[in-house]
Amino acid sequence: MTATARDLPEWDEPPPEAPAEPAPAPPGPPSLHRTDPDLARRRRLERAFHRLCQAMVGLVLLALAVLLLTILVQGLPHLDRQFLTSFPSRFVAKAGVKAALFGTLWLMMLTAALAILLGVAAAVYLEEYARPGRLNAAIEVNIANLAGVPSIVYGMLGLALFVRGLGCGRSLVAGGLTLGILVLPMVIIASREALRAVPSSLRQAAYALGATRWQAVRCHVLPTALPGIATSVILALSRAIGETAPLVMMGALTYVAFVPHRLTDAFTALPIQVFNWASRPQREFHALAASGIIVLLVVLLSMNGLAIGLRNRAERRVRW
Amino acid sequence: MRTSALPALALAAVLAGCQTKPPEPAAQPAPPAAPSNLSGKIAIDGSSTVYPITEAVAEEFGKTNPGVQVTAGISGTGGGFKKFSAGETDLSDASRPIKSKEAEACKAKGIEYIELPVAFDGLSVMVNPQNTFCESLTVAELNKIWEPGSKVNNWKDVRAGFPDQPLKLYGPGTDSGTFDYFTDAVNGKEGACRSDFTASEDDNVLVTGIAGDPNALGFFGYAYFAENQGKLKLVAIDPGDGKPVKPSDETISSGTYKPLSRPIFLYVKTASAARPEVDAFVRFYLQNAPALVKQVGYTPLPQAAYDLAIQRYVAKKTGSIFSGGSQIGVKIEDLLAKE
Repeated sequence: MTATARDLPEWDEPPPEAPAEPAPAPPGPPSLHRTDPDLARRRRLERAFHRLCQAMVGLVLLALAVLLLTILVQGLPHLDRQFLTSFPSRFVAKAGVKAALFGTLWLMMLTAALAILLGVAAAVYLEEYARPGRLNAAIEVNIANLAGVPSIVYGMLGLALFVRGLGCGRSLVAGGLTLGILVLPMVIIASREALRAVPSSLRQAAYALGATRWQAVRCHVLPTALPGIATSVILALSRAIGETAPLVMMGALTYVAFVPHRLTDAFTALPIQVFNWASRPQREFHALAASGIIVLLVVLLSMNGLAIGLRNRAERRVRW
Repeated sequence: MRTSALPALALAAVLAGCQTKPPEPAAQPAPPAAPSNLSGKIAIDGSSTVYPITEAVAEEFGKTNPGVQVTAGISGTGGGFKKFSAGETDLSDASRPIKSKEAEACKAKGIEYIELPVAFDGLSVMVNPQNTFCESLTVAELNKIWEPGSKVNNWKDVRAGFPDQPLKLYGPGTDSGTFDYFTDAVNGKEGACRSDFTASEDDNVLVTGIAGDPNALGFFGYAYFAENQGKLKLVAIDPGDGKPVKPSDETISSGTYKPLSRPIFLYVKTASAARPEVDAFVRFYLQNAPALVKQVGYTPLPQAAYDLAIQRYVAKKTGSIFSGGSQIGVKIEDLLAKE
């Protein structure tokens, strides 16, 4: 007590010195003079950085525009009803993508089903139920690693496990499972991020009202995380639709002159057809490959459009 | 927040399903005029080099046999034989003869096969059109360039008199039958080759590379030269007798372009050949090969060779006439007739 009482005057001492300190600083106008060139330099830097970012965006857009333009110029002339309703042919004028288009649509349906069911369930388990521990950490590291495995390795897995092991043959179901497994790690990781972004106060509020974990997840956490989960599924499917290597590896075909009707039917897919045409010696086939790419892009865009529409609807429903 | 997520997810799945369900019902077997009543499935896989021929045959065959579902893949000669020896395919496209290892794998599974040559593919050696000095190369010179560990990186080291210019090499990827055959013919051993060259599985990449590099030298299938004549210059090949020959449909077919012209094959599983639809398909293949092979840019075999191949098929002669690898520079008719 006495010490603080004695300290007080010392405490008070600095204030009288304080006004002395600003005094050595130069008066108003000179100080402005000193900071002005600095400010100009910073502004220049700011502008330069802005320009740089703009230029980078421009470069990316330019590359994309050139790519799209080349594809459109090459591919549009062949793109007609006949192209969409014909099977592969050695004559450029008669060749089409019917079998490949339906193959790709089937594959996407199967991949989406697998990715949504397994991926989201796994993410919910890991994020909401699993207790942190060594096992959980090991699972986490493994999933992150799986996301970086080259896609052709998944093709080998598909060949060994689904085509031969489970006896699915070179069928749609084997292809769908292969692609589904391929995108699963991406879906799990991104869905977990979405679940983690849901504030824990939401869960706690639910528990406080007596909700079980399942009720909290079903009614509150999942609906809130849905837009994020939908984005992860969109990204995963966008990757799966362009994959060629794992499909060729697992034994997807190139010449298929029928539309697959059952899950056990053989199939081909758009990227395989594009790859085949692009590697032919005849230049006319290269143009056909461009037409195939346009069809692939349209399928991809409409698929994404649908998913984004669904996501936006879900987003509107989330009210705080 | 009242809405549960599950209906939304289910809706997403259902909508995705609606969007992707094939709207056209089973309109598949629409019988054209005079269809056969054959039905069944024929599974083909293998070399992407042979694929265009198989595609053409399957397309024509499908017109008169709408009940038969022919499917073909492009997993490569080696990949095709893996599926063939596992009993998964009926026919296998191959851009080289079956290897003894692959033959053993077939034997282990009790799979017998008939080997049928269907066309020629002339491997062509190319340079850039700006290259005015290299008109021909001997097999020995090619060997000097391409042998394993070769240090030839300048044109002047290829032949005395060639200018002092760097040499840039282009070739197909090491998984291709084309690479196997070239290395066998030039270096004496399949797969033995220097590794420091620009390799691509897509021959169109090689075309672009050689067309844009005045110092380039590369090789790939003749069909790719035929489609890019203005951009590339053919090099005549001297097998060692001092008479260089350029590849063309005539020289490849007659066997005077050697040793780089190779036959490409169809392997038929004997057990599958007993099925009427497969039998009809193979006969159709051999009968129509001369016309169809030309249409897709390859060189047909001499008619005599097709006749011998049909005889071989009808007699169900199993096994390979190339036991132990490609026979370099031997006429295919002679080989077939020898049996």
